[in-house]
Formats: sequence, structure tokens, C-alpha cells
Amino acid sequence: MLDITKQSLSELIKNIKNKKLSSTEVTKAFVERSEKSKELNAYVTEDFSAAIDKAKKFDENPNLDLKLPGIPMAVKDLFCTKNVKTTAGSKILNNFIPTYESTVTQNIWNEGAILLGKLNCDEFAMGSSNETSFFGCVQNPIDKDLVPGGSSGGSSSAVAAQLTPITIGTDTGGSIRQPASFTGIVGLKPTYGSCSRYGIVAFASSLDQAGPMAQNVRDCALLHEVISSYDEKDSTSIDFKRNNYVRELTNNIKGKKIGIPKEYRVDAMPKEIEDLWKKGIDYVKDCGAEIIDISLPHTNYALPTYYIVAPAEASSNLARYDGVKYGFRADGENLIDMYEKTRSEGFGAEVQRRIMIGTYVLSSGYYDAYYLKAQKVRKLIKNDFDEAYKKVDAILTPSTPSSAFKIGEKTNDPVSMYLNDIFTVPVNLAGLPGISIPAGHDAKGYPLGLQIIGKAFDEQNILNIAYAMEEKINFKNKITDWWIK
Amino acid sequence: MIVCDIFNYHMSIDLKTIKHISKLSRISVDEKKAEKLAGDLNSIFEFIEKLNELKTDNVQPLTSVAETTLKLRDDQVKSKNLREQIIKNSPQENEDYFVVPKVIE
Repeated sequence: MLDITKQSLSELIKNIKNKKLSSTEVTKAFVERSEKSKELNAYVTEDFSAAIDKAKKFDENPNLDLKLPGIPMAVKDLFCTKNVKTTAGSKILNNFIPTYESTVTQNIWNEGAILLGKLNCDEFAMGSSNETSFFGCVQNPIDKDLVPGGSSGGSSSAVAAQLTPITIGTDTGGSIRQPASFTGIVGLKPTYGSCSRYGIVAFASSLDQAGPMAQNVRDCALLHEVISSYDEKDSTSIDFKRNNYVRELTNNIKGKKIGIPKEYRVDAMPKEIEDLWKKGIDYVKDCGAEIIDISLPHTNYALPTYYIVAPAEASSNLARYDGVKYGFRADGENLIDMYEKTRSEGFGAEVQRRIMIGTYVLSSGYYDAYYLKAQKVRKLIKNDFDEAYKKVDAILTPSTPSSAFKIGEKTNDPVSMYLNDIFTVPVNLAGLPGISIPAGHDAKGYPLGLQIIGKAFDEQNILNIAYAMEEKINFKNKITDWWIK
Repeated sequence: MIVCDIFNYHMSIDLKTIKHISKLSRISVDEKKAEKLAGDLNSIFEFIEKLNELKTDNVQPLTSVAETTLKLRDDQVKSKNLREQIIKNSPQENEDYFVVPKVIE
């Protein structure tokens, strides 16, 4: 048998069900590896001894009919976990201990999984490199001093480094797919309304979605099946019949029509990404799918639209952090002074920047010129996809315009950081599902991802295409455990 | 105030505007931070201005991607006796109340 931490989620489940492994053995193995991997800074909060206790308890009377029987799992620190500190990567929530559980994490525990700890992320999920976290940046296990992507950077690093068999992240503009691409793993952003937002620290409520990050497509499908549910506690949760995503997983994609949007051939895209995309096209052709050239004419307007809509919603969502009800409080001479100091000391630079942008675009005299304009362009972007989906079943694009960059490389230039999300942001604006799968390496040996975008609620289809491509690509992540002394 | 032509403005956000937004945002900024923010916000808005290339007079704004009507539910109390939980994380409390700096003289 392979080393425990080298096994995929599906293998671990099989071994626990066959009683070849106990939950305690599996949990201890991931705890040990996590303890040896502190240099990656993937965890904000470790809950290791409680995890081992829960695993022992599971083994006393194991329910092997569950979907995640006794599987240890660390989750992004944006999900509220009852009685376990939840920081959103921010100083302002550094002492926040939720008294309730997010719906998606509750769904995971209901299927038998065990919380290992909380994973680092960009502050309030605002970032593309995990460098905006109050708890410091995270190392990409691919190479030292390389960002793991963001905002779910602790999550991508932890899955790639095998500190957790699988995890969940959140994706507002690419925060699952971009870090998955940077670390050579699979990441799915589900359709808006598929997974409940209840108990997830809010960033931009019309865009935020939780989703799985995994070592392979099958594991990803399984976790998606667990977390996707209708929830009356989230008024935007949608009541539709969810698939049995694993049972219906197939590599037969014969006759599927796959669109290639010409607008995604952006200026200055490295040739190796262009080549990877072509290879991806060949793979799906080999599987019997049909390639169709399509146009998404408003692609270039997606990022400017996003940088109005997301900060506007964030400025409103983050108004709640006032030093009164929970979180950090700074001393002030009076109430207003206390508010202003609390928010100035409690939020980091990127969060303050986005609150200011959002406040400005919503302020009197500018609302029509910015916010309303952005909502109109968002409609045009969604119309582009609606038109395209009259002709195709899914769309294939690169996940990111580059491979992972060095820590510190883009921190002084917010716009160049934002450009990282050029291929992922349109998907959030249109509320569609998108999956990133590892598809190759660049000249430096860093992983590169391809993205498959689906119709709303058609996760099964993009999972199937990803599954068929995965088999052809046969990707192997190059990880040397350099951080383990 | 900044005056702008809606289809063609090269605006710049000055320190006075930064101070105004900071007041609206309830985030205190000193001179140094204001200057840095002005620089950052100007480069971000330069990038955002691209939207003005598009004519959108007859486009309906998108307010929700789901395009479904919100579900109605019965108006029932489902969670009660949460006082202790709600107060639990507050920086300062006193007998079931949040404590803030004095607001009335």
C-alpha cells in the first residue's frame, strides 16, 4: 500500500471501508505530515489533537455507509466552524470564535469527515497570491518563494503538499481555480446558488461560491456532491435536483461541442500557455468531442466590471466590522474615532483599498457612472455566454495567463495582480460553473491549468470533460518535499 | 468635487477625495497613507475607465445571475435564546449589552 498521505481521497475511503486503514491511522498520518510542514504556513489554526480524538471515536463505532467515513480534512479559514477560531485571514477577526457552523462544512461533517484545521487565505479572500493574509504568505510546495495563488492559497498548498487529502475553498473571481492551477491540482467553482453561502465570511455576495479542491477529478466530484445542497438559510441558494456526481462520472464525451473563445487569446500570453491550450483542444478531439470557434465579445470588460462590482459589495459587507459586536477593537476618544481606528488598524492595505473603491463607486454622484454601468456590462457579459451556449455544451480556456509567480513580485502593482484573474472572473460574473485541471508544466517546471466552463447547473458535464481530459493528460505533479528537513 | 463628462473622463482622485471616501468608509488615513491610496486608486480607476468604451443606454442592469424569484417562507421564529451566543464574541459587554465609548454627554 502507498504511504497514507500519498493516497487520493477515493483510495483512502476504499481502504477505510475495507478496514485496511482506520480513521485514526489516516488522521495521524496527515497530522504528522502537517506538523513537519510548518514552513509552508498553510495553516492558520491547527485542531490536530481534537481531530485525533474524533478519529478514535469514529473507529469505535464506524459508520462506513457515509461518503467521507473518518476522513480528516482541513478547510479554508473563511468557513465558520463552531467553537474553532475563524479569521478570514484578517487581524480584525483574529479572536473570533463562531457559535455556529457554515452549511457546507456541516454537510462535510455530516458525511463523516473530521476537521484537521483552518487554512490560510488572502484577507477576506481579497487577493491572488495569499500575500494579503494577516498571518503571512504561504509557500507553494512546487518551489520555495513561489506564491500558491489566492485567495485559497493555504488550501491549494495543503492539497498539493498532501497535508490534507482534499479541501474546500471559495471563489469570487478565481480564488479556487487560479491557486489550483498554480499548484497542479483540480479546483471547481460551482454554479452560483449551488452551494450555500450561509456561514461563509462574505466578500462579494453576488459572486461568492464555495467549491472543492482535490488531487483528481473523481475526488473533486465526490466532495462537490457532499457540499452542494439547497439551504433555506441562504436566500440565493437554488432548489434544483442535484446529480449523483460520482456515479454519473464518465469519460465518454463523444459528440460534445466544446467552444474555443477567440477573445481569450490575450496579448502577451506566454507561448507555452498558447501551446497548452492547443494540446487541450487535441485531447478533447481525441475523446470524440467537436471543437467550435466562438466569440465572447465583452471578455475584455470583465475585469474592470469585476473591480467595481466586487469592491462595492465588499464595502457594504465589511461595514459590519466596527469593533462593537465581535472582532478586534482599537481604543478611541469617542465612538466615531473608535470605528475609524478599529478599521484602520484591523484591516490590511488591500482590504482598505477595496473598501475605498467600493465606497467611492457607490457614493452619491458616482453610482450611475460606475456601479450601474458595471451592472449593465455584467449583463452584456452574461449575454455573451448565453449566446455561446446556444452552439456549444462547454468552453475550454487556459485557467491563468501565467504560471505561479514569486512572492513579492506583484505586490506593488495592484492592477498587474488583478490581471491574473482575467480568464476566471467572467465565469463568476455570469454565475457559471468552471473547473481548472492541471494540464502541463512550463519551462521552469511549474504547473499550468486548463479551465472548462459549463452551462449553469451543468457541473456534471464539465466534470465529465475534465475526467476524460485528465486520463489523456496523465499529469504528474513535481513535488520534492523540499520544506521537510 | 470632480466634474466629469460621462463618456470621456480622465479623472484623478485627489487627496481631498481620499479624505472624503475615508470618512464615508470609517477608516482613518494619515497623509502618507492618503497619498499611497490616491496613487493606487488612480491606477485602478484608469483601468476601470475602459468600460466607457461601451454604449449601454439600452441595457438592463444585471442584479442577480440566478434570475429566479426569491422563495417565500412562513414567518416563524426558528432560533431563540441566542443572547449569550450573540454577545460571546464582543470586545466589551456588560449585563447582556454591547459596551461602546460614551455617546451622550
